[in-house]
Amino acid sequence: MVKTTLLEAINKALHYEMGRDSSVVMLGEDVGKEGGVFRATEGLQQKYGAERVVDTPLAEAGIVGSAIGMAINGLRPVCEIQFFGFIYPAMNQIINHASRMRTRSRGLYTCPLVIRTPYGIGIKALEHHSESTESYFIHTPGLKVVIPSTASDAYGLLVSAIRDPDPVLFLEPTKLYRAFKEEVPIDKSGEYTIPLGKARTMQEGMDCTLISWGAMVKECEKAAELLAKEEIFPEIIDLRTVSPIDTDAILKSVKKTGRAVVVQEAPRTLGLSSEISALIMEKAMMDLQAPVIRVTSFDIVPPLPKAEHYYAPDPYRIYRGVKKVLEY
Amino acid sequence: MFFTMLYDKFDSLKEQQLQIMDKDGKIIRKDLMPKLSNDDLKKIYYYMVLGRAADQKAMNLQRQGRMGTFAPVYGQEAQVASAYALQQGDWVVPAFREHALTLVRGMPLKNFYLYYMGNEIGSVVPEDTRILPVSVPVGSHPIHAVGIAWASKIKKEKTVAITYLGDGATSEGEFHEAMNFAGVMKAPVIFYCQNNHWAISVPRSIQTASKTIAQKAVAYGFPGIQIDGNDIFAVYAATKEAVDRARNGGGPYFIEAVTYRFGPHTTADDPTKYRDEKEVEYWKQRCPVMRLRKYMANLGIWDDKQEKKLLEKVDKEVEKAVEESEKTPIATVDNVFDYTFAQLTPQLAEQKTYLKKVQDEKKARTQK
Repeated sequence: MVKTTLLEAINKALHYEMGRDSSVVMLGEDVGKEGGVFRATEGLQQKYGAERVVDTPLAEAGIVGSAIGMAINGLRPVCEIQFFGFIYPAMNQIINHASRMRTRSRGLYTCPLVIRTPYGIGIKALEHHSESTESYFIHTPGLKVVIPSTASDAYGLLVSAIRDPDPVLFLEPTKLYRAFKEEVPIDKSGEYTIPLGKARTMQEGMDCTLISWGAMVKECEKAAELLAKEEIFPEIIDLRTVSPIDTDAILKSVKKTGRAVVVQEAPRTLGLSSEISALIMEKAMMDLQAPVIRVTSFDIVPPLPKAEHYYAPDPYRIYRGVKKVLEY
Repeated sequence: MFFTMLYDKFDSLKEQQLQIMDKDGKIIRKDLMPKLSNDDLKKIYYYMVLGRAADQKAMNLQRQGRMGTFAPVYGQEAQVASAYALQQGDWVVPAFREHALTLVRGMPLKNFYLYYMGNEIGSVVPEDTRILPVSVPVGSHPIHAVGIAWASKIKKEKTVAITYLGDGATSEGEFHEAMNFAGVMKAPVIFYCQNNHWAISVPRSIQTASKTIAQKAVAYGFPGIQIDGNDIFAVYAATKEAVDRARNGGGPYFIEAVTYRFGPHTTADDPTKYRDEKEVEYWKQRCPVMRLRKYMANLGIWDDKQEKKLLEKVDKEVEKAVEESEKTPIATVDNVFDYTFAQLTPQLAEQKTYLKKVQDEKKARTQK
């Protein structure tokens, strides 16, 4: 396969799944003719028709709510919410219905649906276009949350998410949409999957474990370059699925390195890094050489573009965090 | 002008209401009488009486602490006739005051008791009923009926979906999104609004400034009709028209069934605090069960002997359902964990193991 951006990988995965399974339908604002504001759904309506790739009215609860009904009645809807900051009107549908329909019906009715949405800072956008509030959703029983950081992961995880028997929130880092090109190892038919709930070791190392997900994985890799100049070699774990997390991968690495820094783009308080920090404390305290450090954004509204650089972790802040656990 | 559809004859914008049988059980619009055989009428009556008996029993059980809070259907039993207009394979998306009509669709009475006794096992619904679980967040479920119906349309199936909601639900944003999606997508869905005048303590006049609730459908581009919701003939005729029209590609349809709840919103409130007894009395004169009984008596197909026999039969059914429910073991630890996902996640497996261990330890401590 030719090299693709993360965004193109998503588009190709959608094409592949729609071609493979006629029960897959796409719905959202501007996903049809326009192909999505980022072009993630480009070409789908032309190929699969307006009945399966639907431009919906501008209503997030309506999009997710009708997708719930469709999923109950045998389809596999993939919804696009234009930006993560606009998902909140649909929270009632996600939390009170999609994620608990299986429980409420004792397995009779299920919601195999995917909600895709771009998230995070880095595209110099307006207010409400830079959120990274995955924790609201991680806190929801019955919902899976996935965040890819590479093109091949985006493809393999999205295919798995569409085939998953339960609802999946699929967060796409806008910052990485077109940041690089990478080969996606699909076979002749287009098949390539990555199991949900499995982390990926991006880089092996001995000195410290850097745990992250989404756009922050790239920042960790840049921090590792700074650290390498000082002969410090962190191990980088990309969680890929942030709910449920790959506990084994985290603990295995931390037991090896004895130190952990968790890096998240989300606001600090009650982010996933807090959960991971508690997990390590409960299950690997005796292996630790230093307390776990969290490098996070702040408990403030994401600033407008000119001041955006204050907000999220950058390579230097991550470098500093690693130094801190090493010097403890 | 010649109108063939009921919604053309009864203009919701002009506050015209479809009524076929008056409060005394007399047919006032013979021309609009739907085709229902004497057997059909007896069946509808049976489910209405069963619904009422089940409800009264549940109220007693709740007062005795044997059942939790629930929303009585008392006074709104004509809903049964709407479910009677459906076909096998059609979907029902209820709110939480529809247990009388779910019986028509094959829901075992036991499920009602189990669920409101707080037993998860009550949520195990027979597959072919196609009834969605009770939905408590008001107004959030009609959109599911829209999605279900829309999917039927995409799959070229001839099934329709009907959703039930109250007058209060029409104030929720998600209700309006559901109406809008239904209209735009021309989904084969029926909105059946039971306007029972009260959303807990808040009267219908505070929910909306519209003259009728039915007229809201006009703005969304599909028909809406207001009907006497305590007249089973009006209920059946309107629902039948809606269902047939949707099944034949006509799209959505809104029915405002004007009715009244005789009891409280749920067992947790006291309606004497917020509404006038005179109003309750007015509506009791329009009781849907009594009206159908009068009609059948006038027709000569129902007498006191049959009534007595039916009440005995219904009581037995209720007693049996309650007995079975109370005998049903409570949900196990596995049961409360295992339906979170298709497959237990490692985290949930760990939490479940922990809870089982704790339960065992507690048991061992009390046995000492």
